[in-house]
Amino acid sequence: MKKQAMTYMDRVHRWGLSWNMLVMVLLLAFPVAVALIFSALPDWRGFAFGLIATAPMYWAVGVIETFTYIPMLGAGGSYLSFVTGNISNLKLPCALNALEQAGVKANSDEGEVVSTIAIAVSSIVTTVIIILGVILLVPLSPVLNAPVLAPAFAQILPALFGGLGVVFVSRNWKIAVAPVSLMLILFIAVPALNAGTVGIMVPVSVLFTLAVSRILYKKGLL
Amino acid sequence: MTFSVNHPILFVLAGVIIAVVLAQSVFFLIKAWRQGVALGMDRAKLRRIAVTAAVFTIAPALAIVISVITLAKDLGVALPWLRLSVVGSLSYETIAATNAESAMGLTFGQAPALTASQYVTIAAVMTISILVGIWLVPAVCRKLQSGMISLEKRDRKWADIFQASMFIGMIAAFVGYVFCDVSTVLEGSMVGLIPVAVMAVSALVMCLSGLLVAKTKVRWISDYALPVSLIIGMASAIPITNWLS
Repeated sequence: MKKQAMTYMDRVHRWGLSWNMLVMVLLLAFPVAVALIFSALPDWRGFAFGLIATAPMYWAVGVIETFTYIPMLGAGGSYLSFVTGNISNLKLPCALNALEQAGVKANSDEGEVVSTIAIAVSSIVTTVIIILGVILLVPLSPVLNAPVLAPAFAQILPALFGGLGVVFVSRNWKIAVAPVSLMLILFIAVPALNAGTVGIMVPVSVLFTLAVSRILYKKGLL
Repeated sequence: MTFSVNHPILFVLAGVIIAVVLAQSVFFLIKAWRQGVALGMDRAKLRRIAVTAAVFTIAPALAIVISVITLAKDLGVALPWLRLSVVGSLSYETIAATNAESAMGLTFGQAPALTASQYVTIAAVMTISILVGIWLVPAVCRKLQSGMISLEKRDRKWADIFQASMFIGMIAAFVGYVFCDVSTVLEGSMVGLIPVAVMAVSALVMCLSGLLVAKTKVRWISDYALPVSLIIGMASAIPITNWLS
């Protein structure tokens, strides 16, 4: 494709492919480099069993998360978010708030720009704060690990989704009634659903909401 | 070379990768900003979006630093620093490290000084397990985006509802999660109500911010409403926890 004919979105996909492949190679190079530098082979049995215990679930969740989050994050935001992580608890709420603040739709050209800026800034700030945290680890540890602050850091998600939820649910209450009710029933009634499994429930909830919305839309109720 | 989980070379290796990821974020920020300007978007508006995103990120980022400290007890600082700066999250990394350690007969949180071999094994398991999103996004992103655009062209109203439904679906799952321990009330413990009360405080702050904007017409209040509701919600968790524990 000639450069002149490429749209901004074409370039975003090309940049995203290059950057994500580069980061993937570098991440894989980390254990390889450590092994070479310290002349240490992995414990192959531990590696195989550790991978079998971990990877299938993570790969399944990773595939589902990819298909769930891309339509919400936009292209640039997706390439960045899946590299920098912490999507549902930081990058996506940040992008949603920015879209709301800017008054633009996620699928519009402006929405793509707003979402990417919010996620890029969030990624930069997170990275810089973690760097500062690592540099100042010794003096910071007792402060951040102070028992008095522990409840505050333990309740980030409720504090985050209280503010975010009230905005989106109040504006889309017809869409929200069924999924919020279903999720409340499931999370209260099923003990296995907790902080560790909420990520798995996001796609379930999204698919259910889409199905209910489609029915309501077809019946002219939305 | 004698191995230690905090060997300087590990910080160099992690630092190089984190620098590349930081460069990717800066690159996308610059490109999106220029595109926004090219689309005729107001620079002041773009600046407000960036500042709000930065303010909003501070508290969750501090929580990630705590996660680094938690994982550092077993793995040293370099590997948690890398894993939580790139792709990872505390829950994922803890599970991956626990599985890898237990596969080698170790107990997470009580592991003695790791050998280089054990460290390489844990790092490899953590890395390979989490990489799906990085390669899958380039593989499917263009098609998914095209699908969303063609949906928008076919039926604009349904496309808007579709988008709102995705957001609401995600939020509904987290609202449900907040209530996951309320059944402890039946056993006489109020602990399960702590996240519910914190969420209520945060929602109330957001509502008050909305009322304040409506009354005063001061727009910047709405820009910072979510970060403020997040901080006040988190702060309220301290007295609420003392009260309900």
